[in-house]
Amino acid sequence: MKVEPLGDSAVVATLGPAADAATLASVRGLAEAMVAARGRGIVDVVPAYATVTAFYDPLQFAESTEDALALVCRFIEACASVTTGTGPAAAARVAEIPVCYGGDFGPDLEQVAGHCGLGAGEVVALHSGADYLVHAVGFTPGFPYLGGLPKALSTPRRETPRPRVAAGSVGIGGSQTGVYPVASPGGWQIIGRTPVALFRPDGHPAALLRPGDRVRFRAISAAEFDAWK
Amino acid sequence: MEMKVIRAGMLTTVQDLGRRGHLAEGVPNGGAADRFALRVANLLVGNAEDAPALEITLTGPELEFAQAVWVAVCGARFEEMPAWRPLRVESGGRLKFGRRVLGCRAYLAVSGGIDVDAVLGGRGTFLAAGLGGFQGRALREGDFVRLLPSTLQPTGHWSIDERVLPSYSREPTVRVVPGAHGAEFGAGLYSGRFGVTPNSDRMGIRLDGPRLERSARGDLISAAVAPGTVQVPPDGHPIVLMADAQTLGGYPRVAHAVSVDMPLLAQLAPGDGVRFIGSSVAEAHALAHAQEHRLALLRQGLAGKFKPA
Repeated sequence: MKVEPLGDSAVVATLGPAADAATLASVRGLAEAMVAARGRGIVDVVPAYATVTAFYDPLQFAESTEDALALVCRFIEACASVTTGTGPAAAARVAEIPVCYGGDFGPDLEQVAGHCGLGAGEVVALHSGADYLVHAVGFTPGFPYLGGLPKALSTPRRETPRPRVAAGSVGIGGSQTGVYPVASPGGWQIIGRTPVALFRPDGHPAALLRPGDRVRFRAISAAEFDAWK
Repeated sequence: MEMKVIRAGMLTTVQDLGRRGHLAEGVPNGGAADRFALRVANLLVGNAEDAPALEITLTGPELEFAQAVWVAVCGARFEEMPAWRPLRVESGGRLKFGRRVLGCRAYLAVSGGIDVDAVLGGRGTFLAAGLGGFQGRALREGDFVRLLPSTLQPTGHWSIDERVLPSYSREPTVRVVPGAHGAEFGAGLYSGRFGVTPNSDRMGIRLDGPRLERSARGDLISAAVAPGTVQVPPDGHPIVLMADAQTLGGYPRVAHAVSVDMPLLAQLAPGDGVRFIGSSVAEAHALAHAQEHRLALLRQGLAGKFKPA
């Protein structure tokens, strides 16, 4: 594990060279241990792929007698030694996300099918038949970066990003797939839309998915989409 | 109690000192881009330092107050608007800003504070997700913004000692600590002036100037970034992340602005320039403590200058 500062108010711990399954598990374990330990001065913990970042408030450490950076690094190392080899404490949650594929909701479905040399139905069957793992949440509030996209569906991003992608849009970007929780600009190939809100500002938590969660997509009809509430 | 928006200005939003604890959900801390100016504006009208205030960008709004209030404007300077001191607005009075003289963002605090609900622990506006602040959006002509009653009002005529202010400038030098990929860019970041492009906003300041060449190759795995992070996309033109930046980034991180210099960055307008100079985490922490000492002295000095409203 490498521990180094990210500016004057955060420290990033890097747990591996790539986001493989073992690294993801230790990222999740360390993040959970750090949240549970409630270290002094720690104000936020952000797991993502191969790193866990601890944000701290330097003003919560004594000015002349304490080295805030060293204390935060030591806190992270202590949390890591507790979690080494034990893996995450909580079992992974599994979320099922209904998706209406194609049509107006998935304007790039045909293009993805063409790129992959598949029929649109085959794309839907592959996408909704796979198990995904939330590697990170970011980009926009609640946006899950999902690993586990079948290789046959890997499709480059659009050359020109759309200025606005509707909330709920399900996209493919290279070897990743994800869901846009709020309307935003976006360059991923949009193949469908979910009626489920992945981000609710009044929810606890606000984001439906968190790193380490497992996800499956289920194909639904336009009628089921409309009836969803 | 309310104020009416006669003209909204280019981009006027409600901001506070941001929300915490939601980065892992992809929600940035947000809040005032220039936290120092917002804190002082609130202190000058007897508010809590983190009370919501208006963040005014480049052009001033015109506001009408149905009842007499005290206000303070800090940060960017406008021709018709005295800054860094409390001002009385009489009942029915209108507040106009005039032409911008210096800086990018002014903070207007109103005695009592602006009455908006907290969303995810913050009252600031996060435009990208349409949440917080006033209906999750910038103010528009015709809006009525509710105000909270004030409990204190300033007495006498005074303004604060400008020596406590950050060294605001059109051409500031900003202190940075090295980033994880700093060594891959050599001394490029420290060797010249970078211009602020119009394509800059609350998410990031996009710079042009000397292109930064990276000696290493290969894509990086996305990891957390923060306001102040200077990242370098493949075109070599650095971007300084600001209050509403996305929480994860995949570009190389050449450096990070120290927290106490974020107000200098927040006040850069298109066409202004910035230079960077190396610092250390230890120095950054010492600077942050020193700034808190100055603010504590300011609070002490202000303590006797208010009476119950």
